[in-house]
Amino acid sequence: MAKITFDGIEVEVPDGTTILNAARKIGGGVVPPAMCYYTPLKGSGGKCRACLVRVAAGSTKDPRPMPKLVASCITPVQDGMVVENTTSQQVLDVRKGIVEMLLINHPLDCPVCDQAGECDLQNFAFEHGVSTTRYEEERRTFEKIDIGPYVQLHMTRCILCYRCVYTADQLTDGRVHGVLGRGDASEIGTYIDKVIDNDFSGNVIDVCPVGALTDKTFRFKQRVWFTKPMNAHRECSHEKCNGHVTLWYKGKDVMRVTARKDEYGEVKEWICNECRFDKKETTDWILEGPAHVDRSSVISQGHYELPVVNPQIIADLPESTIRDLQQNPPLKLGGLNG
Amino acid sequence: MQSLSNRAKILEKKPMTLAERAYLPAIFQGLSITLRHFFTKKATIRYPEETRPFSPVFRGLHVLKRDEQGRERCTACGLCAVACPAEAITMVAGERKKGEQNLYREEKYAVSYEINMLRCIFCGLCEEACPKAAVYLQADKMAPPRFERDEFIYGKDRLVEPVSPDTRSKRGIQLTAEQADKLRTQLA
Repeated sequence: MAKITFDGIEVEVPDGTTILNAARKIGGGVVPPAMCYYTPLKGSGGKCRACLVRVAAGSTKDPRPMPKLVASCITPVQDGMVVENTTSQQVLDVRKGIVEMLLINHPLDCPVCDQAGECDLQNFAFEHGVSTTRYEEERRTFEKIDIGPYVQLHMTRCILCYRCVYTADQLTDGRVHGVLGRGDASEIGTYIDKVIDNDFSGNVIDVCPVGALTDKTFRFKQRVWFTKPMNAHRECSHEKCNGHVTLWYKGKDVMRVTARKDEYGEVKEWICNECRFDKKETTDWILEGPAHVDRSSVISQGHYELPVVNPQIIADLPESTIRDLQQNPPLKLGGLNG
Repeated sequence: MQSLSNRAKILEKKPMTLAERAYLPAIFQGLSITLRHFFTKKATIRYPEETRPFSPVFRGLHVLKRDEQGRERCTACGLCAVACPAEAITMVAGERKKGEQNLYREEKYAVSYEINMLRCIFCGLCEEACPKAAVYLQADKMAPPRFERDEFIYGKDRLVEPVSPDTRSKRGIQLTAEQADKLRTQLA
């Protein structure tokens, strides 16, 4: 076990844990943002530099500070480490620079992009960036590649986080998806225009932090903040998929299906393409209840998830709702015992 | 009865004096007030022949602007609809097809865009939210009265401004004289 101090808060984590995961153990506002690190994907992280933190003391044995800011998602903790994130002005300033850097080639077409509203880069720029741009040069453009009927690739929006490449690598056999080219010219390709037709290829949509890979069946259908997420499941015939998903409703129509995500936007369970693209009727699913949406998200507008109910008097509440109610008890009206 | 609030006032009913009982002075006083109003300035105008001057910041009927090349600016991003406190705006987005580049500015455009003028409170938040400078509230137009409710649901046919640069709304992005000339030659 290693004891570290993160932003003045002490936390004890097993050896080998990264600084980012130690911060996530604390939770709340001190957690550094992450654009490329993705817990379910082995080897991810260390590319976008969004999670840079300052290590003010390396360890108890060697308390010298680290000379440069380190990427917290790939740096393991050491006993006695003192890390500064929001308490260090240097980190906050550098993060502004990182936003600027990521936005150099990213088109500012959020009004058109389907990812807007649940985009990691949008949130990152909103929370940590500056509101003006100094960039005057032409942004890089790519020739459009069609990568199949389900996934839409917008290479101009890609920030090269490699999440989708790891997903393709680790989830599917016979990789048909990778990064081609180098530096400024590198791009996500499908190995000479081969259509990705694996059963789990749709998961690249969920892992993409920006709108580079989006759902073609949902393309321009609705803005995400007009849709309401509902947790649902079904008996999926695929052996690796257990069919636990989030349905995004507009009125009575299922607009799209995604995997369930945790508070850091990471997929809890991968889902297969059949669940994601083919089952868009309410009759295909067993509904569990509204999915949790963070209050800071634009999607939470008009989204009511914890009704004031008395579980004792409603006989047939779904089990998941009862569990949710136990975890986050609804507001009780009329004092402590009311 | 004992007053509950202790604030009740007890009224005294005095008997009327002779002048009060005669009623005539009060009648003449009232008539003189009425007569005086015959000669003062009238509070009403003869609308619609006459109209009152609009304030320069008046927010009236919406317009969906076109850009300098006559393409629709709106990209159906939905920010006006989410900003709208009255939930008066609905839209359906669509993808621009090949060959429509001269009609729509962006890859995505509004296939239908409706504003319910009965719901709208003309607050101008949609104008503020629009990232493409597409929706504006005109300073000189109001939604005219109608008999049917559905006539107040304005679709794109009534919201998008006309192609001819001369009849464009004065609100929002203004064309310079050269830009207007250029546009006219393009359209001709």
